[in-house]
Amino acid sequence: MFRDALAVAGKDLRIEARSRVALNQVAPFALLVLILFAFALDPDSGVLHSATPGLYWVAVLFCAVLAIQRAFAIESADANQDALRLSGLEPAGIFLGKMLAICAQLAALEVLLGLGVVVLYNSPPTGWLLLVVTCVAATAGIAAAGTLYGVLAAGLRVRETLLPLLLLPVLAPVLIGSTRAFEAARNSTPSQGWPWVGLLVVFAVGYTVFGAFGFGPLLEES
Amino acid sequence: MSDWGFVWLGWGISAAVLIAYACWIILRGRAISRRVAPQDRRWL
Amino acid sequence: MISQPAQDDRGADVADGPSGTGSRGTRILGLVVLAGIALGAYLALVSSPPDVNMGDSVRLIYLHVPVVTVAYLACGLVTVASVMYLWKKSAWWDVTAAASAEIGLVFTCLTLVTGAIWGKPTWGTFWVWDPRLTATAMLALLLFGYQAVRHLPGDPTSRARRSAIVGLLVLPNVFLDNRAVTWWRSLHQGTTILNTLQPKIHDQMAFALVFNIFVGLLLAAWLMIHRWRLAWLEQQVEVAELDEAIAERRAEGAAPGTPAPGTPTPAATPTPATPTVADPTPATPTPASPTPASTSARTEVQP
Repeated sequence: MFRDALAVAGKDLRIEARSRVALNQVAPFALLVLILFAFALDPDSGVLHSATPGLYWVAVLFCAVLAIQRAFAIESADANQDALRLSGLEPAGIFLGKMLAICAQLAALEVLLGLGVVVLYNSPPTGWLLLVVTCVAATAGIAAAGTLYGVLAAGLRVRETLLPLLLLPVLAPVLIGSTRAFEAARNSTPSQGWPWVGLLVVFAVGYTVFGAFGFGPLLEES
Repeated sequence: MSDWGFVWLGWGISAAVLIAYACWIILRGRAISRRVAPQDRRWL
Repeated sequence: MISQPAQDDRGADVADGPSGTGSRGTRILGLVVLAGIALGAYLALVSSPPDVNMGDSVRLIYLHVPVVTVAYLACGLVTVASVMYLWKKSAWWDVTAAASAEIGLVFTCLTLVTGAIWGKPTWGTFWVWDPRLTATAMLALLLFGYQAVRHLPGDPTSRARRSAIVGLLVLPNVFLDNRAVTWWRSLHQGTTILNTLQPKIHDQMAFALVFNIFVGLLLAAWLMIHRWRLAWLEQQVEVAELDEAIAERRAEGAAPGTPAPGTPTPAATPTPATPTVADPTPATPTPASPTPASTSARTEVQP
């Protein structure tokens, strides 16, 4: 199963390396969201600085929706989905592979967004360990839930509007938890942040397990 | 608005919504029932 | 199949089955519900006393709590029905999930509205980020998502499977949302709804509340039965329309002049009028095929 996962992840990342959609389109979109927040809120009164954790994770969620839609859009071309079904790869393996590929892309976007908030919002990072662990846990959760709902919406004509509607309410606990953890890191009170990381880990594990089981039937339907 | 104003507003909206919903179910049920063969209209 | 209703010699419709979603049982239940609502409203609005703290706005609680109860029960039922459908693959559970999801959505939205209307005179504001309110708002959004999946065009089985996966996750997601928001808001020591209700409720108020909850459950049962039957009818229509479309496609593929195999009515046959295609007189016994699986078993149209 893990070999299948690595094969699928490798395929997805290779496609991304060749088409560079995440690089050329999603990354600028991430920076665009940060800039739009600065337009909406008063950049001089410190609102951006104090709201940084929340704004950061909202931006991550928006980019995640795009990345997940892209991950399944590449399958709908050239009857790739049929090829995937017929390939004999284990569905759980395909799920993990897609999830890993999305994780990798999200991780890169998070680093970029991190640089963005440091520079644009004047928010230097503190509490590195908590920040990094939070990102890992949150990204895994987002990718797991995203892959599950992504395959559900894949192949449908309404997928662009359906996926955000399904996915974002589900990701609300991730948003709450990761924002609180980031705030704890920033306030140099990491002990308040680690319980939230626990919530993120529970979410990630739960959705990874459920996704691995649920992916097979949904792949048949798409 | 006084307390009673809110009370009437709440009860009124709820009544309107539920009555409308019930009517919609009944009327649509009758309309679709006409399009289905008689023996298919119930579970049993 | 979609057919003209069979007619007897007088030309009147011979309705073998019910003409809608009603039945004797539901009519009786409906009357009971109406009586219950009348009495419950009287108790809530007229005979029970105003609250010491809240004044007359407590009368909205007699409405809000039953609505919330029904909403949460309906949502629980969606999850249970989704799990049962994935396990048993029975259409009965799929229809139950669909009906209870819609009722759950209506009542969840009503919960938010009645709660907000109650909140204005009580808290001075329509909305607070109270854990329970926030979780209810998230529940409404999750149900909107379920409805979107439920109304996807396409094959009923695939739609049922997709809806079941989404439906099964509704309860866990709401639970997670509630935990996260409660935890989050407890950091700010926000007030909860329970704090503003008297711990010891006056007897008459307690009775009005419990009675109205009971009436709410009866109303929900009535709505559920009707909505279930409606969903069942819609599924029958959809399956029948699919059958008809398939038969027409087959007819197009058949050589012209031969009667199309399994064509339900003469009017549906695209071939030109030939002696083998009967004229559509009302007396023609149209082969009313009951199940979708019997496409090949249909009799050919008789001249």
